[in-house]
Amino acid sequence: MSEKDPRKHEADLHPDKPRGATPAAEETAAVVALDTAGGAMEPSAVPATAQSGKLPGGPDTLVRKIFTGNGMVSILAVFLALIIGGLLIASTDEQVGRTSAYLFARPADFLTAVWNAATGSYIALFQGSIFNPRGSSVGVQFAPFMETLTIATPLITAGLGVALAFRAGLFNIGAQGQIIMAGILAAWVGFALDLPLGLHLLLVLVAGIVGGALWGGLVGLLKARTGAHEVILTIMFNYIALYFLRYLLNTPAFQRPGDSNPISPILDPNAVYPQILGTQYRLHLGFVLAIAATVLVWWLLSRSTVGFEFRAVGANPKAAQTAGINVSRSTILVMAIAGALAGMSGVAQVAGTEKVLTDGVAATYGFDAITVALLGRSTPWGTFAAGLLFGAFRAGAVQMQIQTGTPIDIVLVVQSLIVLFIAAPPLVRAVFGLNPRRRKPAAAGTSQKAAATGGAA
Amino acid sequence: MVRVLKLELRGITKRFGSLLANDHIDVVVEPGQIHCLLGENGAGKSTLMNVLYGLYEPTEGEILIDDKPVSFRGPGDAMAAGIGMVHQHFMLVPVFTVAENVALGAESTKAGGFLNLDDTRRKIKEISDRYGFDVDPDALVEDLPVGVQQRVEIIKALVRDARVLILDEPTAVLTPQDTDELLDIMRQLKSSGTSIVFISHKLREVKAVSDTITVIRRGKVVGTATPEASTNELASLMVGRAVSLTLDKAPAKPQEKTFQVSDLTVVSPTGQHVVDGISFDIARGEILAVAGVQGNGQTELTEAILGLQDRVHGSILLDGEELVGRSVKDVLNSGVGFVPEDRSVDGLIGTFSIAENLILDRYDQPPFAKGISMSPAKVLENARTRIDEFDVRTPSGLLAAGTLSGGNQQKVVMARELSRPLRLFIASQPTRGVDVGSIEFLHKRIVAERDHGTPVLIVSTELDEVMELADRIAVLYKGKLVGIVPAGTGRDVLGLMMAGIAPEDAAPAGSAEKTRPGPDTPETPRTSTASAEGGDHV
Repeated sequence: MSEKDPRKHEADLHPDKPRGATPAAEETAAVVALDTAGGAMEPSAVPATAQSGKLPGGPDTLVRKIFTGNGMVSILAVFLALIIGGLLIASTDEQVGRTSAYLFARPADFLTAVWNAATGSYIALFQGSIFNPRGSSVGVQFAPFMETLTIATPLITAGLGVALAFRAGLFNIGAQGQIIMAGILAAWVGFALDLPLGLHLLLVLVAGIVGGALWGGLVGLLKARTGAHEVILTIMFNYIALYFLRYLLNTPAFQRPGDSNPISPILDPNAVYPQILGTQYRLHLGFVLAIAATVLVWWLLSRSTVGFEFRAVGANPKAAQTAGINVSRSTILVMAIAGALAGMSGVAQVAGTEKVLTDGVAATYGFDAITVALLGRSTPWGTFAAGLLFGAFRAGAVQMQIQTGTPIDIVLVVQSLIVLFIAAPPLVRAVFGLNPRRRKPAAAGTSQKAAATGGAA
Repeated sequence: MVRVLKLELRGITKRFGSLLANDHIDVVVEPGQIHCLLGENGAGKSTLMNVLYGLYEPTEGEILIDDKPVSFRGPGDAMAAGIGMVHQHFMLVPVFTVAENVALGAESTKAGGFLNLDDTRRKIKEISDRYGFDVDPDALVEDLPVGVQQRVEIIKALVRDARVLILDEPTAVLTPQDTDELLDIMRQLKSSGTSIVFISHKLREVKAVSDTITVIRRGKVVGTATPEASTNELASLMVGRAVSLTLDKAPAKPQEKTFQVSDLTVVSPTGQHVVDGISFDIARGEILAVAGVQGNGQTELTEAILGLQDRVHGSILLDGEELVGRSVKDVLNSGVGFVPEDRSVDGLIGTFSIAENLILDRYDQPPFAKGISMSPAKVLENARTRIDEFDVRTPSGLLAAGTLSGGNQQKVVMARELSRPLRLFIASQPTRGVDVGSIEFLHKRIVAERDHGTPVLIVSTELDEVMELADRIAVLYKGKLVGIVPAGTGRDVLGLMMAGIAPEDAAPAGSAEKTRPGPDTPETPRTSTASAEGGDHV
């Protein structure tokens, strides 16, 4: 009956085609895939979407593909972005400019200059983010790495929030707002209350998580009840959160006594995260919690019924509904958990890194989190790794500018290039010569058919 | 007069990556012939036709028209060469009139750029009169019945002077009566010199109308046959092994009636009564098959039972428990097995593994879960058992379900739904898009479930399947129950019922007892009329 769909043929033709060496090896490999919460993502040469005809979700499917594609593409995208970033660095370098004047006379000079400019900047970036050999002691030498971890903390938890929502089919742009709402609640509990050690910090954490969860859960509720699109909702909620924060910072309750600057009092010492590796580093307990959150999300997605529901709803809401899964409840719950994760970033900011509340509490962490989740392919550990990478970029950028004069913005360019390449896997594969034998994409065939026959058949 | 044209496909090979969809296929369509491409779903018939129609470029091979090689870069080229295609799913703009649809893509204009439809109208009238199509050029397409829409598609091709007409599974959407009319039209077209390439997997139609039959299996031509070949021969050629087309099933032994639907009405979001005051019941150990042309309320009926429909009035009782108003999960947990009509949309999650799909509606129950913690080992163990039991052809239960063929996907859905104690089993289109070999298997499992003492509700738009499986047949038309008739009721009676004609009027005079839809439908088994059996009246 479904003869019409030409893509079906490729699927139906070889149903029994064995893949992998032996069934046993296949199973082991696939178990790994299952374990990494990837579900069984794409063990086949034929994309699953090709057989299932159409994936429900319509126009979102492209976004879905981008978010859940091959991890290899992520790595290659980073690599490619770094190369192009290097060329950009070189193009602004004075030495490169000078040698280009006599490029044809002595091309070696030019190439050396390009190499030096690019590698010089990246070495500085490395020294600023991982290991600085010029440090006087081991502690100082590793200080940059500690800074990387500190900056990565809010990126990881917010990234997990975006990734988790995405696995449930929701495009959560709202981490920014969720961080802000969490920051407001956590900070207020932190500076306005006076509680004993331990309890105070716990309450700050709970307040932040609840704040984020409510702000995210509200989006889920609106979507489930009214069908409003979560992208619109979360974007709007970001604005509401930001202007609410600015309003609060203009009220005496959130200002320092006798001061009308929009900055909150410093959090009570009992209410801040302890610095886990001593006072010489800013690294705080939030990072440990970020690791815990990653484990939790991994378990949730791959080992729990709740995660099974999330993934089912994300992959095929109609089938999930037919199987008795309550899609509305999943939507609300996943947005609340995503908000709670972003909320942890808010707490990490006010109780860990900054210790005060300003209107820059979320910086751009909420938006970077989207990129982090994207780069991490919406898997928990992928997101963790991507968070570390972006933390390193941010931490090292300053050092790079100081040492080599390369503008900090080049890091933003590299980040943007990464997104660009991740969004275009065929381009990345083409650059690295990884494209499989050229075939006509089935999707193109179909749309072509529609276009052609719509007019003339 | 239409020119005649000889079409030849020589050594057509089409690869998609590592998949060989067409493997050196040779087909010669002689002028003025009806040439049937017979093959199972996924055999490569449509790929071949898409190559012929210029939608795909062949990897190897050539197309010859009147012994001259041609190459098509798109449907436009194919049309210019005299090839027209009627797709299974119509390519019509519903809010346009027939004339506008026919003109689309080749509009002629008057001075000043105004659309000139008079010419098109005239041509439509001409063709319509010649073949007795009875198509009004100024009717809106959305107001036309499916059969007439299909004729509009044929007119579109003929207006463009098609000399070879490709009909891709044209009967899939038609009632038996419409099908017969279409077959007549095909014969008329043939006699006026148009060659037809008829793609189908329905043996009855193929035998009725073809001059030559080319059988395709797994991308290869496996044989040619004449329409005189027996149904079994053709089926074996198509599947590649001997198949039994008739189901051996013992007569039903109906027990107590445990499933009752009374006065069920389902209101669509647009306010239509898509299911309208239906009442029936099913006994344990009995299969009730619902026949009807697609879109007459069957989907909504099954969804209402499962709890997927919001606006449901009336009552659905299973063992005395009311199902209306309960959640899907509740209904499933109370022992209802449900096979949805479109497995890729409702039945399976393509990106999930087969193992996960096999527990899709029991993921939160022991032994697969304790609390909210799932046990992957148990899920895998279950998968191995089910894959063996249902003969799902896959190297591993951990492959994505979307990588399976249609038949194997359907086995996964069936395995899931049949592997727990049931009090009611519902299957919509249980064998849609499934190869003949798997159909046999799936039908046996359904009958086994019946013999196990479960009331079974089958919904199918394939009349053959309904007649094969049913112990009683209910026919739906526009949401209403036209009637319930015993198994063995003739194809033409059922066909008329599917067009909304009550069984007492549909049956040959004096032969049928009527069964009236009502809250307490009396089932009076009766012997069917001898003349109605079988489908060879075409």
